[in-house]
Amino acid sequence: MSSTSIKQVTGKGVFVPGDDIDTDRIIPARFMKCITFDGLGDYLFYDVRKTETGDDKKHNLNDPRFADASILVSGNNFGCGSSREHAPQSILRAGYKAVIAGSFAEIFFGNSTNLGVVCVTASDQDREILKDAIELNPELEITIDLEDHKVWYGDQSFPCAIKPGARDSLLSGNYDPLNELMTGAPEVAKVADALAYMQA
Amino acid sequence: MSKSLFEKVWDAHSVRQLANGQTQLLIGTHLIHEVTSPQAFGMLRDKGLKVQYPHRTFATVDHIVPTNESIEPYSDPLAQGMIEELRKNCVDNNVTFFDTNTGKQGIVHIVGPEQGITQPGTTIACGDSHTATHGAFGAIAFGIGTSQVRDVLATQTIALNKLKVRRINVNGELAPGVYAKDVILHIIRLLGTQGGTGYAYEYAGSTFDNFTMEERMTVCNMSIEGGARVGYVNPDATTFEYLKGRPYSPTGEAWDAAVESWKSFASDEDCEYDDVVNIEASEIQPTVTWGITPGQGVGIDQNLPLIADGATLSDRESIAEALEYMQFEEGSAIKGKKIDVAFIGSCTNGRLSDFQEVARYIEGHKVADGVQAIIVPGSQVVAKIAEGLGLDKIFIEAGFEWRAAGCSMCLAMNPDKLIGDQLCASSSNRNFKGRQGSPTGRTMLMSPLMVAAAAVTGEVSDAREVFGVLV
Repeated sequence: MSSTSIKQVTGKGVFVPGDDIDTDRIIPARFMKCITFDGLGDYLFYDVRKTETGDDKKHNLNDPRFADASILVSGNNFGCGSSREHAPQSILRAGYKAVIAGSFAEIFFGNSTNLGVVCVTASDQDREILKDAIELNPELEITIDLEDHKVWYGDQSFPCAIKPGARDSLLSGNYDPLNELMTGAPEVAKVADALAYMQA
Repeated sequence: MSKSLFEKVWDAHSVRQLANGQTQLLIGTHLIHEVTSPQAFGMLRDKGLKVQYPHRTFATVDHIVPTNESIEPYSDPLAQGMIEELRKNCVDNNVTFFDTNTGKQGIVHIVGPEQGITQPGTTIACGDSHTATHGAFGAIAFGIGTSQVRDVLATQTIALNKLKVRRINVNGELAPGVYAKDVILHIIRLLGTQGGTGYAYEYAGSTFDNFTMEERMTVCNMSIEGGARVGYVNPDATTFEYLKGRPYSPTGEAWDAAVESWKSFASDEDCEYDDVVNIEASEIQPTVTWGITPGQGVGIDQNLPLIADGATLSDRESIAEALEYMQFEEGSAIKGKKIDVAFIGSCTNGRLSDFQEVARYIEGHKVADGVQAIIVPGSQVVAKIAEGLGLDKIFIEAGFEWRAAGCSMCLAMNPDKLIGDQLCASSSNRNFKGRQGSPTGRTMLMSPLMVAAAAVTGEVSDAREVFGVLV
């Protein structure tokens, strides 16, 4: 499917502290008993945000100052664990468009890119400065510029990184690969024909 | 030019390069389950697309299946809805489904190998991160997201970046009471939870050469916990012996041809790796996790770290966060932590040999008062063989609940869940916050025999002492 090109993402930020934020934390498994992704946005970071009785915990994600944030800022190895696409789906459906982290787990990164959720990495130091800036001024406008590999906040910026293939896909708008994969059907058949185990 | 198994399998399945530089890779074998496939079938329907190679997709139901209830409709209507959706999708698309009434249902990563669907030199994808399990056979197997499940159904391919290969040699004999589970927990502890990002792990060395297929599967299974999407062992006589006579294994002349072909995929002896790590088997102790990532483990004789032991600020914060969640004192002994629940099962350790090893030692012991102990076969096939050997009676006599096949308490999508902040000694693969179903539930990962030891003493214990394993 050819979608719109994503060159920049602009929005307000919210800081989600911690390294190794796994996909069980992003969307607890008990909310995956569903046959569509609809409504998953309501359960994003559910156990991080809610007590066992369903009350709000004190957390940035419940703080009204960050209520209209659309960029998550977090730690290293973000999205580790389960391959569930429910994780980036819930991020997207809760209104977030991008994640700035120290590093990403591979499957999460791929799943996010396929949905057009922009994942860029930045150094611990730069993310710490951004975190402080957001907490000082929650209205701060942040722009992730994929063309320039930069994150702008106010009139300042720091470098960010993204895998070249993912960047190309987002810039071209072809981040959902299905159409391109489908055009390869004749070549797929040739490769399949050469493999004994592929035969019916 | 000499090549690794990864490169050979990759090359044999590469279709072409895509515009963004990724490879269009043929997925020879596609495994699906009820949690990550319904949306993919939905997307196919929305686009009016068909499953291109239906004979190369195999389905089973595992995550949501109750292990204490076999009659449908299940008490959980959501679970019932998911199994029915999978049934319908398989019928509508001519996909083979190992349903609950076939005697073959079970955890997808246990069913594939035992049916002989998992074969060397193949590519295998499944919407489940523990798909690397199948790498034990010398396949390139990895977890994918639901949009990619859609891509495989519609095209039998996905778009993927080529991985680097790290060879991890483990040499020597494991001490008695030290298992494959300890090997992988040790590797993750050593290389970290993100050390494998961007890599396929090739497990090798004499320890792996001497491992059974089930032991190799336990190690490959947890590759993703070390950040590696793919983990594999080169195929050898042990692999072929395991596969011979399985329902989907080739027969007759085709078998001989297949074995010749499979052998040719093994890494060439002089091939180059992007990285090599060497580990001595004798260094590996029965390992137990104390924290909230699989890398936070220690040997059974060791103490938890001090917060100050963290090399960086973020390490120190991670240790502090884990200790607070687990309600453990920094520097305290891992031994003696009081447990509430003991769970043996999962795609990591829910195979026949896991149960045989526990049965060998548990006779004459009783689960401690106040501990709930459940033991869950990974598949109906495993259950039937175990019951034929009388293992179920041994477990029940010792105070375990013997359940029906499924993912059970590994991930809390079925009735098997922790309650409140219960502490669970678990043979599963993840100790994330809330993983076992309660948002405050606590998990300690260890080998099945170590879980059994914790079950009978009521606290984390050295199984070698509890059961008199000869050291």
